[in-house]
Amino acid sequence: MIVDGSEKSLKDFLDDLPPVDQVGVEARATMLATRSIKTTSKAWAIDMAISMVDLTTLEGADTPGKVKALCAKAVRPDPTDLTVPSVGAICVYNDMVKVARAELDLIGGKHIPVAAVSTAFPSGRASMEVKKQDTLDALNAGATEIDMVIDRGAFLAGKISQVFEEIKIIKELCGNKAHLKVIFETGELVTYDNVRKASFIAMLAGADFIKTSTGKVAPAATAPVVLVMLEAVRDYFALTGLKIGVKPAGGIRTTKDAIKQLVLVNETAGPDWLTPSLFRIGASALLNDLLMQRMKMRTGHYASANYVTMD
Amino acid sequence: MSRIDVHKTYKLFIAGAFPRSESGRVYEVKGADKKFLANPAMASRKDLRESVVAAKNSYLGWSNATSFNRGQILYRIAEIMQGRSEQFVSEICALEGLSSKAAAAQVEEAIDTWVWYSGWCDKLSSVTGSLNQVSGPFYNFTTPESLGVIAVFAENKPSLLGAVRTLAPIIAGGNTAILIASENYPLPAITLGEVLSTSDLPAGVVNILTGKTSELSPWVGSHMEIDGIDAAGLSKKQEEELKLLGAENLKRIHRFTPINHPERILSFMEQKTVWHPIGI
Repeated sequence: MIVDGSEKSLKDFLDDLPPVDQVGVEARATMLATRSIKTTSKAWAIDMAISMVDLTTLEGADTPGKVKALCAKAVRPDPTDLTVPSVGAICVYNDMVKVARAELDLIGGKHIPVAAVSTAFPSGRASMEVKKQDTLDALNAGATEIDMVIDRGAFLAGKISQVFEEIKIIKELCGNKAHLKVIFETGELVTYDNVRKASFIAMLAGADFIKTSTGKVAPAATAPVVLVMLEAVRDYFALTGLKIGVKPAGGIRTTKDAIKQLVLVNETAGPDWLTPSLFRIGASALLNDLLMQRMKMRTGHYASANYVTMD
Repeated sequence: MSRIDVHKTYKLFIAGAFPRSESGRVYEVKGADKKFLANPAMASRKDLRESVVAAKNSYLGWSNATSFNRGQILYRIAEIMQGRSEQFVSEICALEGLSSKAAAAQVEEAIDTWVWYSGWCDKLSSVTGSLNQVSGPFYNFTTPESLGVIAVFAENKPSLLGAVRTLAPIIAGGNTAILIASENYPLPAITLGEVLSTSDLPAGVVNILTGKTSELSPWVGSHMEIDGIDAAGLSKKQEEELKLLGAENLKRIHRFTPINHPERILSFMEQKTVWHPIGI
């Protein structure tokens, strides 16, 4: 154990973390974004990115019909091309988990997990009892991945042990039934130092994945933020031998953006992380752009949005 | 000591901005006297791709604007062009070797062309649409609707008028456009971009590329997001090749006699017929 669960040991550990060099991390993220990925590498990256997409719909206007349509797209993103892989997961609000699970099982998508956003997503402003019940509802409905939000108010007020305890409690509820992804909402954490601290709090408390954002706040998954989180994951692996996943979400809309993320992963955490079990991309519009780029590579001419589904 | 001339960098016009080609390439344009005139950007297929994205993004807003509003903006383009006519005249003189009187006449005709198509914007559906007689308790009417993103290969000469005459009818109907300027006479088209960017025309409605027509035309022909092409500036052979590629997504590919005519607007529109029960 790196920390014994007491507030003091947690604080001591976080205080010992080196501060993030803001200029350095932004320059490195910018530099890595200039890598040129072409031809066979690009084709590989597109398929890898498709298999990493957490296909997401988190709207007040979500209907069972919309969720079912999204499930069909998750299983077979391009119905005209059987070589396109399925996506990594479906991500919905917890009242839609049952609908999504049933539909996926029905249409040959048993291999696709359903992720539910939890703990009073997206604000995280509710009592712990409510947050626990929220998570249990999702688990009982068949969710095998839980995307919980941290209490940013508590984090910013310095109550880091409260943040730690909440993650621990939710992790215990998940047990072996579900993977736990912890959302920081990095746009509200303001500094890179806070992102690094939050990453370690979550990993120490038992997160399987750390995730940038809810998608409801801008800026979301910027390259430097993802870089800081990947560094945290790499350092945690060096400390403990445990591989924690990373999930950028929000603002990744084009194939170029997605490939830049893969470059960050490869150059920071390493090629071991280039798998859907350790890297996911939370997105909805991105998938269509990936499919259009894939069509372009197959046919040799630029594709049109008229040939992919509307979400 | 004499003053050093400040020469203009002729750049592309994409999504309301004036970027250089992503390829970094330029090519040489010579004047009528065979002397060096300028180094405009040589657009690549990726510049074309960016232009199509810009045109597609602005399509919804432009096609949904009221036709009256579109007419006002086309008239505004004429107003702004009028104020810059001297620049157009000098560019045409240098490029085409015309007298300044002949060049001025061309500029005036180009300005009048904008005014002419501006007038057509809110009259087109009344003149070419119809209320159809049907044997039942229904209203049945037909109105023209824009197609989408149209690519234009501008006529070579007259350099300015050739660009305006092909471009104006396309945006008058509510389409958005990518104008590929004449390879040897591109300068007035680029200056036209500067006029368009200050004429209340939303960014991306018109995008202007300069470069090698033979390099760009196959990519235009095969691009699935482009819905129609005016092939005015292409050779017959290039046009045939374009038609083969364009068949994949049923592009409307036209070439018109070089006059102003409402048929130019309608060729890049579709007639939509709507049935509506009477009394509801």
